Amino acid sequence: MLEVKHLEKSYQKDKPALTDISFSVEPGTFVAIIGPSGAGKTTILRSLNQLIKDDGGQILLDGGDLRTANKTQLRNYRRQIGMVFQNYNLVERLTVIENVLHGRLGYKSTLAGMFGRYTNEEKQEAMTLLQKVGLEDFALQRCSELSGGQKQRVGIARSLIQHPKVILCDEPIASLDPASSQTVMQLLKDLTTEFNIICIANLHQIGLAKDYADRIIGIRQGKMVFNEESDALSEKILETLYDQNVTEELN
Amino acid sequence: MQTPVNYLARKHWKQTGTIALIGSIYLLSSWILKFDGLTGIVAIPKAFSWLGINFKPTANSIHFLPTIWQKLIGTVLLAIASTVVASFIAIFVALIGAKATGGNALVQTVVRGIASFFRNIPLVAWAMILLFSFKQSDFTGFLALLLMSVGYLIRAFMEIIEDEASETMLALKATGASYFQVIFQAVLPQIMPSLISWILYMIENNVRDATLVGILTGTGIGFVFDIYYKSFRFDAAGMTVLSIIVVVIVLEVLSNQIRKVIL
Repeated sequence: MLEVKHLEKSYQKDKPALTDISFSVEPGTFVAIIGPSGAGKTTILRSLNQLIKDDGGQILLDGGDLRTANKTQLRNYRRQIGMVFQNYNLVERLTVIENVLHGRLGYKSTLAGMFGRYTNEEKQEAMTLLQKVGLEDFALQRCSELSGGQKQRVGIARSLIQHPKVILCDEPIASLDPASSQTVMQLLKDLTTEFNIICIANLHQIGLAKDYADRIIGIRQGKMVFNEESDALSEKILETLYDQNVTEELN
Repeated sequence: MQTPVNYLARKHWKQTGTIALIGSIYLLSSWILKFDGLTGIVAIPKAFSWLGINFKPTANSIHFLPTIWQKLIGTVLLAIASTVVASFIAIFVALIGAKATGGNALVQTVVRGIASFFRNIPLVAWAMILLFSFKQSDFTGFLALLLMSVGYLIRAFMEIIEDEASETMLALKATGASYFQVIFQAVLPQIMPSLISWILYMIENNVRDATLVGILTGTGIGFVFDIYYKSFRFDAAGMTVLSIIVVVIVLEVLSNQIRKVIL
């Protein structure tokens, strides 16, 4: 279980980016975080694996606090948390299977990882996962030759090979066409159930969030204004979440 | 009141003013230096025809070819050797100095400082300084080219790392990969094409520069040219220049081909 308690962050003094964010997620749940640009969605997501150092609160993964972890402990936490990026962040020059295997680096000794010495089991698993995301025929192609949707599926396979408890998706479909977006969202939803993991995705597409997510968290100006089952998201809540006038008044 | 219309009009006047300013700076400095640009330009055709007549290689110049090519190949190899060693040094220093992969702000500033120190001392000055310690030898030329290249490559590599590797680094860091794993599995593979492209450019550049350094250090093709020139064997000097041009063009074509394949 992932528990976030009273998370705080500010990039500049007296201008909080996040105030008192608290929520908890059970395994097997797909959560969508929605809200206007600049609301703090990415900051929340990147705090969860400490790519951004937040200023206060607690982030508990199965009871252990990521925020107070030392370097080795943090590495252990990070390998249990997969991450999927808007721009895929693959090493484009390398092949698909090499990129998938990068997900194992957190489990390997420094030297074995540096020179890419993976075990046969790891390679087998990479192939199984590529099959799962429908890319088994592309294993030896360079990532630069793939389409956006295919690249994102490589990114998902890379996170799955970490045997994650949590997958964080930072705008996973923002650079994709509608058809690829559907594929990726369906894939994330299916994997969440199949592997019984927690999937948290930042999304701008409210329609897709409602269709695929189990739960929706609404963020506005660094504050959590909504945290319920996706069916409970009403027009009225969306209006307050995205209303430009209210935003300008608050400023 | 700033309206879009008068903003654009003002911008237009600013541009005209800038051009006029540059023009007047030229005129003013020519006047101070008593420099007559027009006479210089008029003299160019005459200069070239003199060059064509005197430096034109003749049938006789062919005798010099074996000596020229022997020295030229040596010079090219020296330029390649110095660039390769410089690249090795530069990539490590650049990793330490780049914001994405390196140390704190102090380390970054120090590395930038070192790079710009080596870069901003002219090559000729390096060669002349090193002459005191290493005398007239190939090694002096090698070292002068090396130091200069290191300065350039550190700067270039640092920018490449910043531009091309930051995103993938982040992804691998998030998987729990350690520092050296991130460097070897993400940063180096990602930047390799740009790296090689810069190294090729530096080799081309160093072949040209090696000629100049050779004149000072008394080695390589530069030395050969110097001897022919000073003993008034202009046709042989012309042959030397022609050979250098051929080699540089061949190298450029070759490295463009390599770039096409790797990119």
